[in-house]
Amino acid sequence: MAQVSLRKVVKRFDDVEAVSAIDLDIADKEFVVLVGPSGCGKSTTLRMIAGLEEITDGEIAVDGAVVNDVPPKDRDMAMVFQNYALYPHMTVYENMSFGLRLKRFPKDEIERRVQEAARILDIRELLDRKPRQLSGGQRQRVAMGRAIVRNPKVFLFDEPLSNLDAKLRVQMRTEIKRVHQKVRTTTVYVTHDQVEAMTLADRVVVMNRGKIEQIGAPNHLYHSPATRFVAGFIGSPAMNFIPCRLERAGEGLQVRLSDQIAFAVPAERVARYRPYLEQDNLLFGIRPEHLTEAKPNGEKHLGQFETVLEVTEPMGNETMVFFSIEGREVCGRVSPNAGAREGGRLKMAAALDNMHLIDDASGRVL
Amino acid sequence: MANVATMDAGARVSRPKYGSISHDRRWALRWSYFFLVLFAIFFLMPPVYMLITSLKTSAEISAETNPWWVYHPTLANYVELLTSPIYLTFFRNSAIVSAVVVAITMLIAVPAAFALSRMRFWGSTVLATGVFLTYLIPETLLFLPLFKMFAVFNEWTGIELINRWWVLLIIYPTLTVPFATWVMIGYFASIPKELDEAALMDGANYRQILLKVFIPVALPGLIAATIFAFTVSWAQFLYPLAFTTSADQLVLPVGIITTLIKGDVFNWGQIMTGALLGAAPPLIIYAFLMDYYIAGLTAGATKG
Repeated sequence: MAQVSLRKVVKRFDDVEAVSAIDLDIADKEFVVLVGPSGCGKSTTLRMIAGLEEITDGEIAVDGAVVNDVPPKDRDMAMVFQNYALYPHMTVYENMSFGLRLKRFPKDEIERRVQEAARILDIRELLDRKPRQLSGGQRQRVAMGRAIVRNPKVFLFDEPLSNLDAKLRVQMRTEIKRVHQKVRTTTVYVTHDQVEAMTLADRVVVMNRGKIEQIGAPNHLYHSPATRFVAGFIGSPAMNFIPCRLERAGEGLQVRLSDQIAFAVPAERVARYRPYLEQDNLLFGIRPEHLTEAKPNGEKHLGQFETVLEVTEPMGNETMVFFSIEGREVCGRVSPNAGAREGGRLKMAAALDNMHLIDDASGRVL
Repeated sequence: MANVATMDAGARVSRPKYGSISHDRRWALRWSYFFLVLFAIFFLMPPVYMLITSLKTSAEISAETNPWWVYHPTLANYVELLTSPIYLTFFRNSAIVSAVVVAITMLIAVPAAFALSRMRFWGSTVLATGVFLTYLIPETLLFLPLFKMFAVFNEWTGIELINRWWVLLIIYPTLTVPFATWVMIGYFASIPKELDEAALMDGANYRQILLKVFIPVALPGLIAATIFAFTVSWAQFLYPLAFTTSADQLVLPVGIITTLIKGDVFNWGQIMTGALLGAAPPLIIYAFLMDYYIAGLTAGATKG
């Protein structure tokens, strides 16, 4: 159990700055997920916490003690790797007990811990097998078991589910969450999959180009992204971004997307958006689920417009519709009964309470 | 199997001749067998000839009979060699030299390969290439300067290195260590980086990673390198010929030639017998460890 804090941590590989001066505080027992596209520095950050990568500048502290120069073996952290990294010549039992045997734990203590971890992970009948006799999901469990038996201060996960097929990934995701609820060890988890990040994390750290874009609870990131990058990265399908202008409309404001389409800005946001009246490069951001078919009894804050659908993708419980506004492809999600068909016209409604106004130049959400 | 055969027959009747995979495969196999048999005959001919000759008396060897047939088989050559103390000395020298050289080679090559492939340090890539380059210099070029070095060493210290069988323990590793290191670097490189990182996280130091993870995982490569080092030392001819002269200091390949050829008299029967017996130990080792050897030399060719 431990707190981990990163202060102005920098990692440079020759001329490339992989991580630039990031600050991050991870509370005891917290499950923090680092998420971002490949090359954003999330894995490097994790490896610096692990001690597998030296840090170029800044400091990393565990429970207040700076560990910059502490070798990985003395940091008391356990790591689960993407390719599991099980020792191929050892049985599952030997794999799980390797760390404890190196630290010369008594035999009965090792036995007790391995059995306990095997029970938690439901791999008791696999203890005598070699890794090559296991399926991907079982290997992943063993890798987690190897981490659990050590009872370390911190768990580190480096894209642990990327090598599993889609169904197993969902299953193991739940498993990881269940294990964390049981053992309550401080966890840092790296993934490029925003769904994993959203479902697992107490707090999500969105990284891009070596910098932290935003830190927050999953729902907070979803509903109040701080930057265009976070807005576009979190949520699937991704948020729509449409160039727009702010205009006066009587007492209030409206966002104009095209000559035909303009939406009234919700009253409570008028004051917030007023400074940007004359500004260029504004983007109107809205998630697909907030672009639905217009209901006959028009509700409040629903900007309505009519469009020609270009592509429809029926998913069963809903239908994705694609159309364009001013040449930008826009995605909406409508009820399967809305009568959406390719080439057909459909009256759509935008839930403007959930809109975002973004300054395209700075990438900030206004 | 029967099913396949009937399908094949059926296909032959109904299908026009486009050629097929099974047809291609059949031809590929025929050619493979043709060349395999050809090369097997080519390479087995000398040892078979040696075996035949070793079973003949000197009289029969020089007689004008069919050289590929033994009319009066005798084990006299074997008995004579195996009871001759000098031949047993050669054998013992060879055995000791080879065993110790293998041990020295592996003790140097394995940690060297581990350091060069895993512990990134300044100049490690240059060093790794350097190790390989030393292997490219032929021994025929090396033995002259080595000889000179030993002579100078003798002048300075008074320690005689020439004509001592144990000096081979210093010389052979100049051949075996670079190659064994190179093989082990290749093998270690095929071990995923995460494996040593996992061991590091588990609390292992470099020595423990090498002993408890790398060596067991790289066992096929280790065995391949061991076999190689053994074969090279066992069959080495030039260095012992140059550096040892007294009969009791000789190793097998040189001993057979120098003691069994007296002036212009070639004792062919015993030479062949000695060579055959000398070839036995590597043969036995290969037979037992062949699978490992192949697995070791082809490591990294495919992932998995």
